[in-house]
Amino acid sequence: MNEYVTPSADEVSLYGDRVRVYPRAVHGIARNFKWALLIFCLAVYYILPWVRWNRGPGNPNQAVLLDISTERFYFFGITFWPQDIVLLTGGLILAAVGLFLITSLFGRIWCGYACPQTVWTDLFMLVERWIEGDRNARMRRDAGPSTLDKVWRKLAKHSVWLGVAFWTGGGWIMYYVDAPTVVGDFWTGQASYGVYGFTFLFTATTYVLAGWAREQVCTYMCPWPRFQSAMLDEQTLIVTYQGWRGEPRGRGKRDVIPAPVLGDCIDCHACVHVCPTGIDIRDGVQLECIGCGLCVDACNEIMTRTSQPLWLIKWDTLARQAGLAKGEIVEPIKLVRPRTLIYLAVLGIAVAAMGIGLAMRSLLEVSVQHERAPLFVRLHDGSLRNAYTLKLVNKYTHDVSFTVTVEAAMRAKLQVAGSTDAPADAITILVPADSVGAYRVFLDAAPGGVEAKNAEITFLLRDTTDNILIKRSANFIGAGKPGGG
Amino acid sequence: MPTKIEKDVISGRETTGQVWDGLRELNTPIPRWWLYTFIATCVWSVGYVVVYPSVPGLFGYYHGAIGYSTRVEVNSQVASIAAIRARSMDRIEATPFAQIASDPKLMAVAMAAGKITFANNCQPCHGAGGGGRPGFPTLASDSWIWGGKLEDIQTSVQHGIRNEDPDARMSQMPRFGVDGLLKPVEIAAVADYVLALRGANKDGTDVTAGGKLYAENCVACHGEKGEGKREVGAPNLRSAVNLYGTSKDAIIAQISAPRQGVMPGWNARLDAATIKSVAIYVHSLGGGE
Ligand code: SF4
Ligand code: SF4
Repeated sequence: MNEYVTPSADEVSLYGDRVRVYPRAVHGIARNFKWALLIFCLAVYYILPWVRWNRGPGNPNQAVLLDISTERFYFFGITFWPQDIVLLTGGLILAAVGLFLITSLFGRIWCGYACPQTVWTDLFMLVERWIEGDRNARMRRDAGPSTLDKVWRKLAKHSVWLGVAFWTGGGWIMYYVDAPTVVGDFWTGQASYGVYGFTFLFTATTYVLAGWAREQVCTYMCPWPRFQSAMLDEQTLIVTYQGWRGEPRGRGKRDVIPAPVLGDCIDCHACVHVCPTGIDIRDGVQLECIGCGLCVDACNEIMTRTSQPLWLIKWDTLARQAGLAKGEIVEPIKLVRPRTLIYLAVLGIAVAAMGIGLAMRSLLEVSVQHERAPLFVRLHDGSLRNAYTLKLVNKYTHDVSFTVTVEAAMRAKLQVAGSTDAPADAITILVPADSVGAYRVFLDAAPGGVEAKNAEITFLLRDTTDNILIKRSANFIGAGKPGGG
Repeated sequence: MPTKIEKDVISGRETTGQVWDGLRELNTPIPRWWLYTFIATCVWSVGYVVVYPSVPGLFGYYHGAIGYSTRVEVNSQVASIAAIRARSMDRIEATPFAQIASDPKLMAVAMAAGKITFANNCQPCHGAGGGGRPGFPTLASDSWIWGGKLEDIQTSVQHGIRNEDPDARMSQMPRFGVDGLLKPVEIAAVADYVLALRGANKDGTDVTAGGKLYAENCVACHGEKGEGKREVGAPNLRSAVNLYGTSKDAIIAQISAPRQGVMPGWNARLDAATIKSVAIYVHSLGGGE
């Protein structure tokens, strides 16, 4: 037992020096999966802006483009308008609930494999290993003097890092402006300050976060590790060290007689050396652990070498491990639990709502607004005029022409404001492709008494190309007294 | 003599040496780079205080090394916007109405300028959207006293009506009752005739006498059939739109002691391009000819 002694103030620093992590290369199932996902994610990220998609003349031909200046988000065959922002909200809900579900099932899969911080850090570590060698070589060189060998390797590493960071930062911009154009403009000095500024910004953040900050981001900056414990329970599959099997750890031969009282862990620290966050999984569940499973691979290598059963470190649930530690027969892994069912249900509802929203999303939008100032105007012949603003949104890539009529209890005629045509029963409005137009129309009710009262009316808009009929109800405001008198 | 740093038995980690109700706090120091980041922000703030206006004084404030001021910035931005706007406004001034109408961009500028100017200057009398008020004409209607063409509206706005401007629109209706030009019975007869012109002679009153008086006194301005005459600002007596009411009493009052509206000329306050824009806006409200 330790006896407790209060340390004097000058011995305990308020600030911790960063412990440099030198992760070692490792091979195995988790690593292979991680490589595969890394290649996939990076390929999507770097290639997607270059994929073309024909939308007809006058429209951008980039498959995925978030065009801020024209307020459009192009995604292959779909064009989103600012009005579709609910779909974005839905998409975010979908992503969040999906993340909850995955986390409650398999732990921090996102952190370990798909998070951009992890992916780019992995990529940067790969570069580091190529240039500076593996863990031991790097540690030795860093501790040693500044030789020519050290200097050129450091220089080379940072140059390649900066190159990758620049490629990444530039790649980000290409989602906002046409990729081939912006690349040309960039190198001929014709791109906007925004393009140069953001390229610089994202180059810098990539370089700093993936090259220098690394695990510090996960441990100190990212909020996700702090609240992901709300999604984890003792039934979640996480990376665990099977202490009941491994302890007491120790070096020494296990096949001698009489057998020493030693567990399977030979205390080689291989699991610690490969860990990208530099922790010891044998201490149990930890905030820093991103669930990457590299320690699983490392330990399996050792177990093979020492001819012991694999999976001393494995993916398992806390409940099962607690049971195994007590020597009980444990139940199988439960993927179906109230928590996962609830997440699944919410996810299902969100997917359905999104699907319906996307399917019912109209490419023509019409709204009718009664003008308020003035509510009505008396004309010289005694008829009463109400003015309306028809807001017509045409999300098609072709012009749409509407024939507008009105269903009303009184005799009334329509006229487009500013038009020289006489008021008529039907008017035609042409809405150019990919545009929003506000059109003022007048509805003149003939004098005769009916026009004195408020009335419900209906605007009928027929799209003359596709023959779609859109109805919008509106109010007619009467003068309160008959005209002509 | 070095003291031993206390370690936690279970985790093996150092503690801060502090105990609350038997609970010992593990020492989890924040990273040193975090401290450096904090110091960097402090250094930054010192630079900020030096460069930008920061320290208030009793009679002023420290203006900062580069003399930055949001007010100066606003003024320069306003000036640059004015310069940009001037380009369009100069064109509006130089371009005839018909050509403005065929230039959507110029038209949009004129409409915007006209709308704002109208709201600031005309709306108090003529109502939002030109809806009119009792005694102040409705501008959104097709009934005009002085004319509803763009040029007519422009002239009305420029010089106003019945004011000191020598070019103002002028007309004076005689005060038939107050000045004794017609006797009360005669005025009543004329009123009956005007009602008949409006098609409101429902009880079939005999209006021959009124008709004669109308022909002698009113026709010159209001026309044979009461259709009015815009050159003299004589309103159409048969229009459903009216300024002072259409009851017999209202007509009698108007003949006896006419109320006649006055409108200021806006030449003094608004420049030519703005007045033109207002004319375009008013013309668009619904009654423009
Ligand atoms: S890699 Fe396996 S054997 Fe080696 S220290 Fe870690 S748990 Fe023990
Ligand atoms: S402890 Fe294992 S799973 Fe956790 S971050 Fe380290 S290597 Fe990855």
